[in-house]
Amino acid sequence: MSSLATSQDAEREASSLPSQPRRSPSRNNASGSETSSPRRTRDNLNGWGFAAPFLAFFLVFLVWPLLYGLYMSLTGKSLTGANDSLIGLANYAEALADADMWHSLGNTLYFTVISTVPLVLVALVMAALVNVGLPAQWLWRLSYFAPYLLASTVVSLFFSWMYNPQLGLINDSLAKIGLPKVAWLNDPNVAMWAIVIATLWWTVGFNFLLYLAAMQNIPAQHYEAASLDGAGAWRQFFAITLPQLTPTTVMIVLLQVLASLKIFDQVYQMTAGGPSGSTRPVVEYIFETGFTGYRLGYSAAISYIFFGLIVAVSVMQFFITRRRSA
Amino acid sequence: MATQTLTRPAARSVSATQLRQPRKKMTAGRAAVLAVAAILAVLWLVPFAWATVTAFKSETDAAAPKVSWIPPSGFTADAFVKVFQDGNIPLWTWNSLYTSAAITVITLAISALVAYALSRIDFRGKKVLMTVIIASIIIPPPVLIIPLFYQMVALHMIDTSWAIILPQVIHPAMVFVLKKFFDQIPRELEEAAVMDGASRMRIFTQIILPLSRPILAAVAIFVFISAWNNFLWPFISTNDGSILTLPVGLQTIKSAYGIQYAQNMASALLAALPLILVFLFFQRQIIKGVATTGLAGT
Repeated sequence: MSSLATSQDAEREASSLPSQPRRSPSRNNASGSETSSPRRTRDNLNGWGFAAPFLAFFLVFLVWPLLYGLYMSLTGKSLTGANDSLIGLANYAEALADADMWHSLGNTLYFTVISTVPLVLVALVMAALVNVGLPAQWLWRLSYFAPYLLASTVVSLFFSWMYNPQLGLINDSLAKIGLPKVAWLNDPNVAMWAIVIATLWWTVGFNFLLYLAAMQNIPAQHYEAASLDGAGAWRQFFAITLPQLTPTTVMIVLLQVLASLKIFDQVYQMTAGGPSGSTRPVVEYIFETGFTGYRLGYSAAISYIFFGLIVAVSVMQFFITRRRSA
Repeated sequence: MATQTLTRPAARSVSATQLRQPRKKMTAGRAAVLAVAAILAVLWLVPFAWATVTAFKSETDAAAPKVSWIPPSGFTADAFVKVFQDGNIPLWTWNSLYTSAAITVITLAISALVAYALSRIDFRGKKVLMTVIIASIIIPPPVLIIPLFYQMVALHMIDTSWAIILPQVIHPAMVFVLKKFFDQIPRELEEAAVMDGASRMRIFTQIILPLSRPILAAVAIFVFISAWNNFLWPFISTNDGSILTLPVGLQTIKSAYGIQYAQNMASALLAALPLILVFLFFQRQIIKGVATTGLAGT
């Protein structure tokens, strides 16, 4: 008991010294001790104890499905339970020769490419406008951001109604200014753009907020100095705002690409992948082969091909951003 | 500088409204900015307005070939009454509310605990654990739906709320966000407690958590919104009408009502209402929450 008290006293004494110089040696001591001191054991127990609840969920609902899905992709498993045996890479071979899979992957990539540009640019414009200093800030933030709070089903109901070829508001407005009516969700050449417009309306508010927060962090002195030098609003935007926003832009593009690759909800609800598969994304194809076609093993194989695509894109982005910052 | 204390009140009032620059002259440039911002705002509000107008029409007016903002036979709340009478909207709202709340609470609890360990405790294998959690951020949830479904069948959880809740509580990015915040809390604040022999759990609950309210709120808001709006997983894991969440329930209503446009819009608006109301009350926190977690997420 007394020896414990003295060691505590020693520690207390150490802590009464100015904290900065004391901290690093004490930490070195904790991590550097090779022998399993009681402190070390306690840290190990505490560390894994605190991690345990998360780890349990992580292993059961993320790691296990991830590994089990990989195993399933190597079997002929179906929802009806037939053929659980391993069939090697047959599912992957079949998928790579499956025109429908390639078509859905192509749709996913196409959507990602054409949606990312407006989702970043419009967000930037919105943030720049609000950042100039408009009155009633809450009103603009509310208008631009509110759609992000809606469920995909609500967005799909709104837009299906507005896209309605005969009764819809959009075609009616087009007719009023003398433009031809468009079969928004029924024309294979237009349907994906209709999805992009709805998605832009729905989710641009998230990027808008990220941009606005970043703009508010740019020190005002930069602008003051620039206006003393006689730089106008445009000059200031391109010479100060945009360069300062580069890390934010990189991050938004990164998040946006990864989010767009996962598209499913609004497509499934507005067009169910049609007309003639022109909007069907790969996630919908995974869902259909698994739950409508009952081919779980095959579906899992496509999931892993999709996962491979995501990893490839992420790795690419990682190297691009690293080269930029280097 | 002596003027620093003098300017401080002014600086604070600026930060309260952040970017509002009052008493600025209305130049041509500012007028143009206002005009463009207003056009965008109108475009962004039109779907809400049009849905609202439609919801207050009679079905006949809604399906009339001529588009009208003011219906010929006047406004009526019939659609809302019908949706409430035969609808499950209140039930689905409740289901969404408690599954999202459960997801948020469990996510916060388990993420904060592991984030604290990663931030403060030197334990064997910490680096490996950190790497694995960060790496898992890249896993797209749709990849897991097939094996997760199978797993839920094996656990006899399909068609229970557990199937909706449990797989949604793992947010590796949020663990990272929390860890980064905990890292910034000065260690000095804990030292007295350590000297007094306080347990880790005590330090965590009585020192770290109270200091982390802003980030806990931010994470909670982010997790709640994403759980509230999640469609794919609840759609796959539930068929029983009594446990459907709002987004999934609405999907069934769409086909049930067929071309009942007014009722469709009424149910969409009722479904949108709770989060919009929450937003109006907690605007500042929600915006901060999305901005912080989004920014810190990478």
